[in-house]
Amino acid sequence: MAYSEKVIDHYSNPKNVGTLDKGSKSVGTGLVGAPECGDVMRLQIQVDDSTGVITDAKFKTFGCGSAIASSSLATEWLKGKTVDQAMAIDNMDLVEELNLPPVKIHCSVLAEDAIKAAINDYRVKNGLEELVFEEKGVH
Amino acid sequence: MLKLPVYLDNNATTPMDPRVLETMIPYFTEHFGNAASRNHPFGWEAEEAVDYAREQVAALIGADPKEIIFTSGATEGDNLAIKGVYEMYASKGNHIITATTEHKAVLDTCKHIEKLGGEVTYLEVKEDGLIDLAELEAAIRPTTILVAIMYANNEIGVVQPIKEIAAIAKKHGVLFFSDAVQAVGKIPVDVIKDGIDLMAFTAHKMYGPKGIGALYVRRKNPRVKVTAQMDGGGHERGMRSGTLNVPGIVGFGKACEIAKKEMAEDASRLSKLRDKLENALLQIEESYVNGNREHRLPHVANISFKHVEGEGLLMGFNKNIALSSGSACTSASLEPSYVLKALGLGDDLAHSSLRFGLGRFTTEEQIDYTIEQITNTVLKLRDMSPLWEMYKEGIDLNSIEWAHH
Repeated sequence: MAYSEKVIDHYSNPKNVGTLDKGSKSVGTGLVGAPECGDVMRLQIQVDDSTGVITDAKFKTFGCGSAIASSSLATEWLKGKTVDQAMAIDNMDLVEELNLPPVKIHCSVLAEDAIKAAINDYRVKNGLEELVFEEKGVH
Repeated sequence: MLKLPVYLDNNATTPMDPRVLETMIPYFTEHFGNAASRNHPFGWEAEEAVDYAREQVAALIGADPKEIIFTSGATEGDNLAIKGVYEMYASKGNHIITATTEHKAVLDTCKHIEKLGGEVTYLEVKEDGLIDLAELEAAIRPTTILVAIMYANNEIGVVQPIKEIAAIAKKHGVLFFSDAVQAVGKIPVDVIKDGIDLMAFTAHKMYGPKGIGALYVRRKNPRVKVTAQMDGGGHERGMRSGTLNVPGIVGFGKACEIAKKEMAEDASRLSKLRDKLENALLQIEESYVNGNREHRLPHVANISFKHVEGEGLLMGFNKNIALSSGSACTSASLEPSYVLKALGLGDDLAHSSLRFGLGRFTTEEQIDYTIEQITNTVLKLRDMSPLWEMYKEGIDLNSIEWAHH
């Protein structure tokens, strides 16, 4: 199976690989997937408490090229968005942007799950209630 | 000059040796006859060529030419052997013993037998990929008619204790069939010394053409018969109907002749290259060889790189190096290799494996290039792997509650 150019580009030059201080109150961390399934994504956001804007985002991913590309692209999109705007990121937007084939849609779902998990982690740390998201059920 | 891409997937298929192609060409054009045409020179020529090739094939495995049944390949050979024995020996019993690490052509044929009302025992393998002989013997019942165990495994290259298996089968009056696709032409295989009753193998794994293979069917001590699975003109002693693929057979014969002559030299050169590759890659932290390293084909290595996913790893170099992974992120099931799982590897290590299959045309320069590319990619992906980071921080990954999906 051939990968799209955008997937190859993110794989070869991933954006925002790294680690933020998960102990910080202004950092939200989402860890999703499982080693047994061949995909684990960790996505982190740094939020400006006064504006609610995501000032930085980092990821680390264990997975195939599409999983790496999905998380790399997700961090690019997160930066500069408010937390509310970030919640609106849909996995199908990632699929479209990266031209993921049907067998790789689960990679984009995982990235969306990681975003939401990071947001919830940030919310809980800041005394807000955890949001309940609808299951995508693509796995 | 290093020519890219490098081909290290010789367990999937091998390139055809130019000497084989050269031998085949006249049989597409000038000598196009049907080997079954008994009344004119075109048929005679074809028949003569087939007879000669049959001798070349038989000589490689220590068989009599009459014991070679040409097939379309090893999948057909596996089907013909298992289904053919099941039908032919129905009055004797209906139980077959095989192993969980067999090729799908054997496993799925056995499942088919179960649907027909037959009984199949699937032996587990040990951590090193070899079967337990005591377990094999204990699994034999009065109704057992066949033991089907592969010679060498396609994913990890481990070579089963064939002589011992054959001795156990013989002791209990059970036939022994071996899928020897990966072994024939690579290591010495001798059906008499090994005690094999039926054996499937194929040309395209030994530098011959695709679409031609053979089933060895023993004629003496004991005389073995299989029920044909295709009805027709009664070719191949009635066991496999269908006009013979003369150019393919001629090429198969030549490939066997070359293998017989050059196998020892190829094996010694390739095992040195394989060891160089393996030892260099084992220098990478947390990398492991899968399967028994002693009882193994000389040209095969299967290595897991912990906390790096196989398909992601392949992507780092698959434009330039052709390899297989035990990961199956592309398949709908997302299940990693069933062979690696049968060794008791966790799914995470199974997802992290690469299979190397060296071949007659592999050079040292290609191996050096492969070592460099893979090492760089593993290190790069580990920098990107959350699992590697956790491992380095001393976090027990098993203590984490993963969201299974």
